[in-house]
Order: sequence, then C-alpha cells, then structure tokens
Amino acid sequence: MAEKRESTFINMVLVLFVVTLVASAALAGVYELTKEPIAAAKLAKKLNAIKEVVPAFDNNPSDEAYKVGINEKDTLEFYPAKKDGKLVGTAVKTFTNKGFGGNVWIMVGFKPDGTVYNYSVLEHTETPGLGTKMVSWFKPTDQAREKSSIINKNPGTTNFTVSKDGGDIDAITAATISSRAFLDAIQTGYNEYMKNNQKKEEVSNE
Amino acid sequence: MSNLQHFTKGFIKENPIFVLLLGMCPTLGVTSSAINGLGMGLATAFVLIMSNMVISMVSSQIPDKVKIPSFIVIIAAFVTIISFLMEAYTPTLFLQLGVFIPLIVVNCIVLGRAEAFASKNKIIPSILDGAGMGLGFSMALTLLGSIREFLGSGKIFGISLFSDNYGMLIFVLAPGAFIALGYLIAIINRIKKA
Repeated sequence: MAEKRESTFINMVLVLFVVTLVASAALAGVYELTKEPIAAAKLAKKLNAIKEVVPAFDNNPSDEAYKVGINEKDTLEFYPAKKDGKLVGTAVKTFTNKGFGGNVWIMVGFKPDGTVYNYSVLEHTETPGLGTKMVSWFKPTDQAREKSSIINKNPGTTNFTVSKDGGDIDAITAATISSRAFLDAIQTGYNEYMKNNQKKEEVSNE
Repeated sequence: MSNLQHFTKGFIKENPIFVLLLGMCPTLGVTSSAINGLGMGLATAFVLIMSNMVISMVSSQIPDKVKIPSFIVIIAAFVTIISFLMEAYTPTLFLQLGVFIPLIVVNCIVLGRAEAFASKNKIIPSILDGAGMGLGFSMALTLLGSIREFLGSGKIFGISLFSDNYGMLIFVLAPGAFIALGYLIAIINRIKKA
C-alpha cells in the first residue's frame, strides 16, 4: 500500500476538493440520465389516476388543467376530462392536513353536477392496516356496505362527514381520524370545484 | 481470512442485523412487508459494495483528518445515485421506502464497513465484504419483513395465505418490529452456540 498522505492543510483541502468534485460530477451525470424516466413515471402515475376517477375521455386533461390555491403552499389541481368536446367529468387533486400521519393527497373525480364518480388515494402516511384501508374502503363492491360508499353520492345533498359526527358516511373501523381526513379532502375538492364551475357558467352566460 | 470467508461472514457469523446490531433504524422502520425489506436491503447492498470498492481504492490518498468527511461524501453520492434510479424505475417502491432511502447515508453499517474494513483492505476483499454484508442485511430485512407481513396481514410478498381479518395488527406496527426482531436474534444466537 502506498505511503499515507500527511494531514497538512494543503493536502486536506486538495483531497476534499477532488472528492466532492468527482462526486458532484457523477451525480450530475446520473441526474441527467434519470431525469426523463422520473418525469415519465410521475406523468404516467398522474394520468392513470385521472383515468381511474373519471368516465372515458378523449382529450388530454393535463393540457386544460387549472390550479386553485387555498393558501400559499397548497394548491388543488383540476383536470377536466372531455369526450367529443363535452365535459364528462373533472379529476381534482385534493388534499387534507387533518390526516393521522400528515397530509393525505387524493385524486377524486366529479361528474359535471358534482356527484363523485370515483377516487384514488395518491399519497398518505396513515397507519398501515388501519388508515391505509381508505384506499378501497369508500368504494365498496359489497352492497351491504353501501353506507360507507361515496361513489355516486353528491356532497351537495349527502352529508360528507362520518356517521359518528352526524354525517351520512360510515367511517373505517378503528380509523375515524383517517376517515374524517379523507372526507375533509373530498369536501374541500367539491367546494372548490363547484366555486369554479359557477364562475365559468357566469362567464359563459354573459 | 480467505476471500470466501470475507463474503460469507456477513450472512450468519457477523450478520449486521442479528449479530452486529447495526442499522437498527431502517430495520425497524421499513420491514412492515417482505418486499419493502428486500428493496431496502438491496439498495443498501448496492451502496455498500460501491462505497467499499471506491474507498478501498482511494483511502491511501486520503489524509486521516479528513477521512470521515471524504467517506461520507462518497457514500452520499452513491445513495443519491440509487435514489435517482429507484425513483425512475421502481417509483412505487421508492414511495413506500420514502425517507429511509436518503437515510442510508447515515446507516451505521455503511460507514462502519468503510472505516473498519474497506479503508484497511485491498479492493477484491472489500467488494466481497460489501456484498456479503449487504446481502446478509437484505436477508435479515426480508426475513423480518416476511414474518411481520405474515403475522400482521396473512401475506408474504403480497400473496394472501389466510384472510387478513385474522392478522395481528401489532406486527405491522412498531412494537411488532421489536418483538419479531428480539425473537429472531434469540434464535440466531441459539444456532450460533450450537
């Protein structure tokens, strides 16, 4: 093995400089290589989520997307889905900060009148085995659990809070906080969606 | 010690989880399912092999006083590389492992092997040491993840073995990690003594 370098000032500066230079060059290279696949993976995920929550469409919802800021940091994203030029539904990327383990991001699809078509949970940090059940809990295939479904219900006419709080939706067993958060996110999305819908109608009426 | 021994010691004799008890934080954090454990283990193994290799090559050129900062920069570079790659090609797994991927930088095993082994040995034994330790770590995490997933939700690698209504929820949560790990260490100790 070669003689160990002395810990002189110039040696230390030199070595650290070379090490960091090589490391940052390598990182820049890998970043360039993976930039496109990362962007593609993110876009595919978003498109899949949109496809899942609105009826069949033939436009590109990302092209007509618009954003609404609730406060500085958090914004809702709206993706109108159209078929033959007619609005069939809008996918709304909504969120809540009332989750048990932080923010919950949900993609929810509304029909033009505000009825829920479907939803898909994008990101959450709820408790595994409890709050994580929200992924499928609110869209049961079983008729017996109709009360916990939000599909084909309209937040304007149905009370979108858990039955414990006097609402019309059954909460996830042992995960009331996550259920409240989930419904809160849907409600936020609905409110903003309706606000914007009305604005647009007013514009087109004038 | 022969090259073969450098490789095999990571599995049982000096297994980083069961014997050295290093890197407990990701161990307890990510092993709620077998696939998470395996993904985390392989990501760490990649970082271990690459950093051991590079550090064994350059360590003679690095003055003692800046040894740790240089090693950390090298390790952090490889961790960032693997995190870019995972985000690009295994986005679901990347999301599930979340903060634990960047935290490989401060995993005691990686710096521990760099300092205790790679900086004093030649390149071939260092690579084998990294591979053995990394695969031993993966094995331990996958084992722990399988046990917790099986007891907690009746699945292994997402394949249902019994209805998850009978799952013991505690094993998916943090206390279950400690319980399962404790029993596994006890069993390994018994095997080593025999």
